Amino acid sequence: MDDILLLEAIERYLNNDMSVEERTYFENLRKNTPEIDQMVVEHNMFLHQMDMYAAHRNLRHGIHDAHQRLLERGDINEGAEISTRGRVIQLWHKYKRVTAIAAGVGGIIALFISGMVMYFAPAVNGNQLQQLSNDIAAIKKKQQVQGNLINEVKSKLPEGVRFVSGGSGFLIDPKGFIITNAHVLKGSGAIVVNSKGQEFNADIVHIDQEKDLAILKVTDKEFIPRKSLPYSIRKSSSDLGEEIYTLGYPRSEIVYGMGYLSARSGFDGDSLSYQLQMSANPGNSGAPVLNNNGEIIGVLSTRQSSAEGVVFAVKSRNIFHMVDAFRKIDTASEKIKLPTKSNIRSSQRKQQIAEVEDCVFYVKAFAK
Amino acid sequence: MKADSNEQALLKGLANNDSRAIETIYKENFNTIQAFILNNNGSYDDARDIFQEAMIALYEKAQSESFVLTCQIKTYVYSICRRLWLKRLQQLGRYTNQVDSLEETVPVEEDLDNHEKRNAAFAIMDRAMNSLGEPCKSLLEGYYLKKLGMQELASEFGYTNADNAKNQKYKCLMRLKKLFFAQYNIGE
Repeated sequence: MDDILLLEAIERYLNNDMSVEERTYFENLRKNTPEIDQMVVEHNMFLHQMDMYAAHRNLRHGIHDAHQRLLERGDINEGAEISTRGRVIQLWHKYKRVTAIAAGVGGIIALFISGMVMYFAPAVNGNQLQQLSNDIAAIKKKQQVQGNLINEVKSKLPEGVRFVSGGSGFLIDPKGFIITNAHVLKGSGAIVVNSKGQEFNADIVHIDQEKDLAILKVTDKEFIPRKSLPYSIRKSSSDLGEEIYTLGYPRSEIVYGMGYLSARSGFDGDSLSYQLQMSANPGNSGAPVLNNNGEIIGVLSTRQSSAEGVVFAVKSRNIFHMVDAFRKIDTASEKIKLPTKSNIRSSQRKQQIAEVEDCVFYVKAFAK
Repeated sequence: MKADSNEQALLKGLANNDSRAIETIYKENFNTIQAFILNNNGSYDDARDIFQEAMIALYEKAQSESFVLTCQIKTYVYSICRRLWLKRLQQLGRYTNQVDSLEETVPVEEDLDNHEKRNAAFAIMDRAMNSLGEPCKSLLEGYYLKKLGMQELASEFGYTNADNAKNQKYKCLMRLKKLFFAQYNIGE
């Protein structure tokens, strides 16, 4: 009980609730009894701590409330639109990694087997040039041989069609215009897949066989147009020896490759393309070729089958020509606006890749 | 750069826990921080946590007597968040070398150390409060945190008179002090 009385006295003392005599008496007591003095100091500190604790708690509430209010008013956004999406998509997001791994494993096995078959097969590839599109039909067959290994996700592919080829493509306009090689689009239609594995329906809007370029337009409602593109497309020629890199889909996952520009013309003096020194594989067709400044200097298209690492890319200026031609033919459609300013000019390579990755798509062509 | 008078007013508001000031600072700075965290391996929840922590650090700074903010609120908040987030990433063993340093930053290590010490003390108080049990916890909260009068508390908790409630309050307070200092002094 004494302790309680003492505590009460201390608290009244600290709160200035004491009468003058009582206060003088208490101060004398403090002076003469070090224990009590210590208790006063301790209690004062404790009360101060309590006050700060209270203020801190109130502040946390205040901040939390502010967050909720701003969220409701739409001043800040926490990506809530994702939660309102359909269940199927949520499931797809949840399991896409597993699926991608399964598909990847299947793909690698299939590639390995087809590689072995190619290696041992007596037939010689007569073409000196090899187009870098993927022959998906072959892979697909092998995948079926693998039995249930691949648990295919419900695809956006129309029923009753088959894949005929695949390659890469990249956005040239944030509204959803994608450029790829004409030879990638062997079939009658195409879908595109982004680096996160989401599939989107797309229309083939323009093909130029001579330049070996084609334009796709993503028509899918799920496609969220970007605000802008990180890279620009270079109008002028590039220099010999320029260091370059590419991002493409020789497998279902995006793959990075780098090299340098080795000649100003392509195969057999073809002035529409460059010769590059880098490794590229089937599926890299249509992939963007970028320089250190984050400018697209070409579209990867073919490789020389008789030489190692000799790859050809359609010069980027052809993209401008082709888009001009397309505008003349098709005046009705939305205007394509090619990006002219690279936002990743001063970024490091890894950061550039992280930005560009989202704009490079896996193009899958199918036929009825 | 000296903070202009508008920012000074905002900080004063924040120090007094004024909801309008909190909201204004929140609105002006949150999106930048969220983008920064999301771009560097973080989630929406991380962004909210880190930003709110920075708001509290700013509040502490605004409250201290020797307070002078020598830069804009924006810069200060960004510096705090950046520091906090790098630290968090390190703790989680997730490493990122992409943390962009394009924005201007100011040294905030000392402020953050103080902030962490305070946070540790608050955590101890929190634990002590929560292990008190009822009605001690609510009684103390009512008196010391919500600053309610003894008479009011007595009737709310059903004590026959204020003196009994007061007695009980002191008993609870002694227990809380014991719990708090047991932890706090170890921490020192």
